[in-house]
Order: sequence, then C-alpha cells, then structure tokens
Amino acid sequence: MDLLLGGVCKAGESKRLETGKWRSFRPVVDRNRCIKCGKCADLCPDSCMEIKEDGAEVNLYYCKGCLICMRECPVKAITKEVEEK
Amino acid sequence: MKGKTAILEGSRAVAEAVRACRPDVISVYPITPQTHILEDLARFVSSGRLKSQFVRADSEFSAASIVYGASAAGARAYTASASQGLLLMNEVIYAMASTRLPVVLTAVNRAISAPITIQPDHQDTMSLRDTGALQIHVESMQEAYDAHVQSFRIAEDPEVLLPLLICMDGWVLSHSYEPVTVFPDEAISEFAGTFHPVQKLDPANPLTYGSYADQDVLMEYRYALMLAQEKAKEKICSVTKEYKDIFGHFDGDLIDTHCTEDAEIILVAMGSMVSTIRAAVDELRAEGRKVGLIKVRTFRPFPGEEIIKACGKAPLIAVLDKSLSVNTGGILATEVKASFYGNPVQPVILPFMAGLGGKEVNRRVIKEIVDIASRSGDKQGPRKDTVWMGLDHGFFN
Amino acid sequence: MIVDREGEKEMTMQTEVKELHAPGHRACPGCGCAIAVKSILRETGPNTIVVSPTGCLETFTSPIRGSSWEVPWIHSLFENAPAIATGVLAGLNAKGNPDGTKVVVIGGDGGTYDIGMGSLSGMFERKDDILYICYDNEAYMNTGIQGSSATPLGVGTTTTPVTGNSFGKTVEKKDLVAIALAHGVPYVATASIANLADLKKKVRKGMDNPGPAFILMLTPCNVGWGYEPEETVELARKAVETGLFPIVEFEDGDLVSALKIRPVPVEEYLKPQKRYQHLFKNEKFTDVLEAIRKKAEDNIKKFDLV
Repeated sequence: MDLLLGGVCKAGESKRLETGKWRSFRPVVDRNRCIKCGKCADLCPDSCMEIKEDGAEVNLYYCKGCLICMRECPVKAITKEVEEK
Repeated sequence: MKGKTAILEGSRAVAEAVRACRPDVISVYPITPQTHILEDLARFVSSGRLKSQFVRADSEFSAASIVYGASAAGARAYTASASQGLLLMNEVIYAMASTRLPVVLTAVNRAISAPITIQPDHQDTMSLRDTGALQIHVESMQEAYDAHVQSFRIAEDPEVLLPLLICMDGWVLSHSYEPVTVFPDEAISEFAGTFHPVQKLDPANPLTYGSYADQDVLMEYRYALMLAQEKAKEKICSVTKEYKDIFGHFDGDLIDTHCTEDAEIILVAMGSMVSTIRAAVDELRAEGRKVGLIKVRTFRPFPGEEIIKACGKAPLIAVLDKSLSVNTGGILATEVKASFYGNPVQPVILPFMAGLGGKEVNRRVIKEIVDIASRSGDKQGPRKDTVWMGLDHGFFN
Repeated sequence: MIVDREGEKEMTMQTEVKELHAPGHRACPGCGCAIAVKSILRETGPNTIVVSPTGCLETFTSPIRGSSWEVPWIHSLFENAPAIATGVLAGLNAKGNPDGTKVVVIGGDGGTYDIGMGSLSGMFERKDDILYICYDNEAYMNTGIQGSSATPLGVGTTTTPVTGNSFGKTVEKKDLVAIALAHGVPYVATASIANLADLKKKVRKGMDNPGPAFILMLTPCNVGWGYEPEETVELARKAVETGLFPIVEFEDGDLVSALKIRPVPVEEYLKPQKRYQHLFKNEKFTDVLEAIRKKAEDNIKKFDLV
C-alpha cells in the first residue's frame, strides 16, 4: 500500500501527470525577440516557462496551451501553433 | 493507588481528568448541559493550572474544526458538546474519523429538537454512530472520570487513531454530585502519556491532508475504519485493565455484567440508567427473581460477541433504549438483535423505549419492564414490537 | 496494486520544476487561481502550512497520488477552513512553534463569502495570527457556475439565469473588505494577478503582521466568465483599470495605499465576458449597465483612484 493513513498523501505527486496532453495550441518562443524578462514564467498557471541563457523555454510536458504567455509577452516573442497529435 | 475522595459535580470530575491528561488544545462552544465542563477548564487554564491553548469557537462546527486542525498539527486535542451541538459537528466528525484524528470529545447526552428541550436521552450521539468515532457510555461520575483518563490512550494509539466520544447523560451525570475518587495529576498524566502522531502537518515533511479520492480507494478508507475499530476493542480492554491494576477501578471494558450467570431475564442498557438497573436487579434478586444486567459500555466498537457470550443461555433479553430510529424502534435493541442473527442460542429479545426525551426511569419502571418481559411467554404478552414505557396514550386521542 | 486512473503509474516525475505549487495539477487551462497560488507560495516560502476549504483549488490540487502541494496542506470541509487554520495554529503554538511556521488560508468565494463566513468571522474576532487569502472568481465554479454572494450585479450564472426579463444576479456582491475592516482586522488588502509584485508585497505584509490579515484577489475564470483562456490576466488588469476592482490596502483600519488608475470604460472589462453579454444585447438592461458604471465611479471617488 503506497497510501498513507486517513487519505493523507505525499507532496508534489502531481508532477508525474502529463497535463501537456490537454493542449490544443502550443506556444512557440522566438528566442531572438525574447528579452528574458520572466513575465511569462511568473504568469504561467502551470509553471511551464523557464528562463534559460538564450531565452524562455516551454516545458511541454505540463503546458496546457492556455497562451497567457503569448498574450502577456511585452515584446510579442511568443506565437501559437496548432498542436499536431 | 490511593486517591482523594470528594463530593464532586460530574462535570467537575470530567474537568479534573481532562486537566490531568494535559491536552495541548481545547476548543469550546457552550451548550447546555455541557457548559460546566468547559467553564472548569477555562478556570484551570486562566489560573495557570493547565497549560493548554484554550480557543473559543463561533459554533460547535468551528469548535470541532479547531480541534481537527490542532490534531492534524500533532497536538492532543479535546472538546465537548451536547445535543444540537453534536448534530452540528456531525459533518466534521465524519471527516475527523476518516482523516484518523484522535480527538477526545465529551458528549453530554441531551435530546434533539423539536420541541426544543434540555432533557437527556441518547439521540444526539446516536446520530454520530456511523461516523467512525468511538463511543464509550458511562454510568456514573466516577466512571466519567475514569473513562476520560483512559480516553486519550485509546484514541491516540497508533493502531486506532480515531476520535473518541465519552458519552454521559446530561444532568443525571453532568450536574449531579456524588463521591468521586480523584488521583494525583502526576499519576494521571503518566498514565495518559503524550500523543506521538504517526504523521502530522509539518514543513519538514510536507503532507497533503484531506485529498480527493475516487472509487479506486474510497471504499478502502471506509474499510480501514472497520479495522481500526476492531483494534480499538483490544486497546480498550488492555487500557481498562491497566487502569484497574494501577488505580483499582474497573467500570467494565466493552461491556460490564451484573448477576448474568444464572439469569433468566437479562436487561441490556447504556448510560446512567445502568446504575438504576443495577439497584433494581439487586432488589429483585433479594426477592428470588433471576434477573441480570449487561451494561453496553462501548457503543462503538459494538460489543456484539461480548453481549452474546454474557447472555449465555438466558432465554429472555430486554433492551432498554434512550434513542429511536423512527419506524424501526430502539437503536440499541436493533443492534443487539442484529448481533444475535445466526447465533445457535436464540433468546427472545424485547425492545423497550425507556427514558426517551428524559422520561422518568426509576427502579419501579425497571421492575415493570422485568414484569412485562416475563409475560412474553403468554398469549397477550409482548412479542416483537417496542414497548414504550410511560407513554401517555391519551395524548393521541 | 492500485493503478493511477490515467494509467500513468510509471510516469517519470519532471522534478526540475521548483515551485511550491507543483505543475501537473488539474486546473483548467488559463486558471487565474493557479497563477495566484504559485505567486503566493513563492512569497510564503516552505515554512508555511496552507489550509483550503472545498472548492476549485482543493479539487485541482489534491487528488490522491496527485497532490500539487509542496508545503503541508490541509483541506477538511467547505465551511471550516478558518477554524481548521485556528486549530493548526493552536497546535503549533502549544508546542511553542520553534520554527515560526505560518498558517495561511487560500479559499474561494463560496467558502469565504458564503458558507465559511461564520467561521471566518470567528477567526477575525479571535485575532488569530493567520493570513486569509480569498481567490474570488465570483461564483461556484467547481460545481458548475452557480451564483454566490460574491457574484456581481447583472451576472448570468446557472442559478441567476438570464432569460426573458431576468438579467442575472439582481443584487450587488458583498463587500468583503468592509466586513474584514468591521472586524478590526489589522491588515486588509486587495491584490491582482495582473500585478504580482504588489501581490507578493502584500502577502509578505500579511504574514509579518501579528494577528489576522485578509487579502482579496479577483481571479478570472475563463470557464465561468466565458472568455478565451489567454485573456485571464488581461481581464484581471481591466477589472482594476475600470475601477471595478480597486487595489487598496488598509493598516489598522486606515487606507494606506490605493493604486492610481487612468480609468477605462467598464465596457472594456465587461464586453469580452459571456456572463455580461446580455447587458449589451437588450436595451431594457441599460439600467444594470448604468449601475455597474456607477459602481466603478463610486470606487474611484471613494478610494481616490485617479
């Protein structure tokens, strides 16, 4: 039995759930435009944006494709593409 | 061990025991007839005799929720209520039991509205019988004291971890005075030990409490409560025995019996009524009538096997109820009958409604019950339907 | 062995994400509440116990074997989160709380404005040292968009339906900030997911303030309000810019800050939302629209927002 007493469970086990499967659109970052301001990372409800050396990177394992990042990007460095399944 | 005997109010006896068990958190919301317990505890805390977090709540719902949160944080927690207050706590106590939080709660039994009343009966705690919480019904102020001393050990046992209700009849036990032997706080504290939770809300090991479950595990969590209550049976027996060995008092474990060995009629009851029956049985025995008594001490876990064993070959069992499941009858009687299903010995089991809504139950009433029960062999005698003691039939004309 | 409902038992954990509110949670795409919770926890840090009532947040964060909480978290029932929080705090204090662990409640409008109101009032009155944050999406979204006492005037929900002459909710939402202030809560503020720096500053103040603190956040819900998921933050911003959701802060009952705005017409906030559409389609609802405009104007005057 991997469960604890009384309906109690361990922390952070949601991380194995691939919510990226829900996506209809995927955000695409133009690294040449990205100014690494971190706004997309702050506003992503699913913590999918990581600011790397050369710009924002989308974690498609979790990204549900809400596109708040695209809408809120101050330099319009993010566009959307239809998710091919 | 030698204690100090004094004339104490029942509520004070409870407060004395609770103080010595040193709960970390006490939450209170007043309702008659539970108030004296929390007033005593409030004075103990404000005078520094008890170092508990004492939290006033805005309702019984919140009082139960406060001890719920405290217990989840790893604290020993205590509250008390009665009647409507227990009904308001109902939802919380279900969750508390399933979350395996060993809160101790004094339930001062009082009837349920409407009409609104402060008279005692067992309808309030019966509404909590399916929550998963344990229920111990006491018959005297002394037993109220003893049972509270034992309560935390039972509830907090790692194999049990369930809320525990100590049920005592309002007024008869909460507001009356009788000699109670109280033991030194240090001895009681040592007996009660401290709460060592198997898990708790702790940033060093973050856990999620109150998670969402689906059909894959929900039934398993309910079944876990069945197992825990079975464990509680063993624990109640061992704790009451240990208490007897140290303090010399024994009020029964799951049940207690009186003159059952050769009895032809056995009365089964819970709460303060048991003391009355005990006295009536002694008088009837003096008259040569073979009457006995089984006190059901733990309504949950329900001591079905123990009752059957204690009944032996007695042909007649009369069950006295202070609670009603409308359209089926007395709740204790129903459970006793269910326990006997499939048993090789099948006594006649007669249900009596006695004391519902505070209706008088004295020795005369008990003897009347014995007389009615002994006529069950007659053609006109009772067979199956509940006999309502003291019911005013004129009321319905 | 019980297999995960999605058969993902063997799925590798994507452990590189280091948020105290982990991804993989089941919030709808574009959830305003999820943005708020992530930001709140970034500020509270790990030495915090979070309490939540039943609601969207509880549902999307706590499935068995799928909790997204990396801090200790407890949900009990719908109406008792403040009392649970009080109990947790009392439990910590009974042991001296040597690490100074904080207790924070994050609950929705149903659990706060409605069913948890008595319990919240008790927590406020006792002056318990707890930060209560309400994420207000202005209806019972988790059960399918039923009206709550946080639903504003003129909003269509499944229990304040728009049909014939009915224009949705007929009365204004409760003023929860005023209710908190009336309890003498020493720190009361509003915040927006459109201004996370301000939100985090307020969370910090609420945590540091001894005694109860209350923060109200408007968290748009694309499912319940009827707009595209990407517009969540934009609508939170418009609510502020129109004057309908003023960003204010009270210390010991005194207004200590109010975010200045250059007011935009309320239509900019209302029109993108399906829940307000009927007000623009039927002339007989002009009065309702006018009342909403007046509310924005009143807020601007009351808090001197311009």
